[in-house]
Amino acid sequence: MSAIHLRYEVPGDDFTRAGEASGAVKKRLKALGYNSDAIRRVAIAMYEAEINMVIHADGGYCDVDIYPDKVEILLADKGPGIPDVEKAMQAGFSTAPDNVRNLGFGAGMGLPNIKKYTDDMRIETEIGVGTNLYLTVRVNAE
Amino acid sequence: MQKYFHSVELEADKCCGCTNCLKRCPTEAIRVHDGKATILSDRCIDCGECIRICPHRAKRAHSTPIEEIENYIIKVAIPAPALFGQFSNLDDIDFVLNGLLALGFDVIFEVSRAAELVSEATRKLIREGKLKTPIISSACPAVVRLIKIRFPDLCENVMPVLAPMEIAARLAREEVKKHTGLEDKDIGVFFITPCAAKVTEISSPTTGEKSACNGAIAISKIYPQLTQAMDKLKVIEPIANSGLIGVGWATSGGESAAMLGDKYLAADGIENVIRVLEGLEDDKIRDVHFVELNACSGGCVGGILNVENPYVAQARIHNLRKYLPVSLNHLDSDFDINEFMWKGELEFSGEGFRLDEDIFKAMDKMEQMEKICETLPGLDCGSCGAPTCRAMAEDIVKGIAKETDCIHKLKKHIQNVYEQLKGTF
Repeated sequence: MSAIHLRYEVPGDDFTRAGEASGAVKKRLKALGYNSDAIRRVAIAMYEAEINMVIHADGGYCDVDIYPDKVEILLADKGPGIPDVEKAMQAGFSTAPDNVRNLGFGAGMGLPNIKKYTDDMRIETEIGVGTNLYLTVRVNAE
Repeated sequence: MQKYFHSVELEADKCCGCTNCLKRCPTEAIRVHDGKATILSDRCIDCGECIRICPHRAKRAHSTPIEEIENYIIKVAIPAPALFGQFSNLDDIDFVLNGLLALGFDVIFEVSRAAELVSEATRKLIREGKLKTPIISSACPAVVRLIKIRFPDLCENVMPVLAPMEIAARLAREEVKKHTGLEDKDIGVFFITPCAAKVTEISSPTTGEKSACNGAIAISKIYPQLTQAMDKLKVIEPIANSGLIGVGWATSGGESAAMLGDKYLAADGIENVIRVLEGLEDDKIRDVHFVELNACSGGCVGGILNVENPYVAQARIHNLRKYLPVSLNHLDSDFDINEFMWKGELEFSGEGFRLDEDIFKAMDKMEQMEKICETLPGLDCGSCGAPTCRAMAEDIVKGIAKETDCIHKLKKHIQNVYEQLKGTF
């Protein structure tokens, strides 16, 4: 099936620009007349993942494939990797530094929220090499 | 989408086809074609930003001429609280209300009175847990329309309570009917408006229910006559019956303060409003129960039909409120909340921003759009008649623009032709 392919660079050095990619994807999904629940889930999951990338991994890129019935997202970074994925998935667990927490981030809800809002989530991570996060949001039949 | 009348009009003679309004429009609803600005009806929210920015005064807001009050036996004025911020050295609202009487109105009912009732009804609904949180105020019609066309998931959060203008019109009407025995058709209710979107709201209500107002007279139109009438006043009848809560609705934060709670957010100015709505949609704004949004900077005192600078008006409103009782209007014990509620629902209609009804076709169009976008210069200069290169790409895909409308592409094209021909001479 044909898909619309989009790629966004997520800058690691400018925290204020995090969330731009998810905003751009949201705008496009609306123009496509996409299901609004799916748009919301994509926007939230992608936003959380973008923030994670900036906080922990000095940025990276994300690839978005939009199909008529689902959106697939890959967020890839060359960061330090996640030592204990299971622990990172626990609500409230965070290794975010204080300066980020002061902005209201780092509550340890990033990955748990991403899981909550997506239909599929897969993490490939290697210490010192980086992390690939694969997400799928399906349009649920109403 | 149901066609509706817009209060924003273009005086074609005065429009020179510049890009000022094009660039300012928050919903990208304006295109300049054949040297004249046109409005894409299903995107316009009547916020009036184009009227505010137009240096040639080619954009204007339609409003009701004051002569129209003569068509009714009883003429009722319902002034917006923003009106009270338009006069220097005013220390008593009654001067303004008596001035309106002197202009030929028979009955005056301040919208701020209804605002106090709306505030009380809202507090009651919140207490009873009957509203979906975060609750988004429905008082600003431009904001409600914006949500209706762009924010599908937030439609349910918009408070389904009638705006103070509508409640004021209904209550005034009932009062006149009770005292005179006249029928509705003999009573003309006119909103004295700071706002272009309210004019639209009266002729095309968002929820589809007919308005109890017969028209909206612009503050800027009535102002010269009104100040003259106020200067000539000899006797001041005490008519005013609003407390500081009602009058406070004129400025941003006033409606929120009237909730008497602390988990609220009040944003004003259309760009800020859009950022807050995006934040709410993405669940980024949490811990807020009540959200007050005003399309105009400063709130209703910033409406384009005012005469005074919004911040001056805001300061005056602040002073006027100083010695007022908190609230002078209260709901009766036998009050039926349903009388204050919308009959219909706020239904999302996003056609204006959709590429195609069919998602497969929409995807094709988006792919073409992305390709076209890459070939455009990305200057967002507006010379083609669309506000951004992306909007231009969208117009090309929709068949309402062509690539050579882009002057930069055209220049390149001519350059190429020239290079080819150069050798032949």
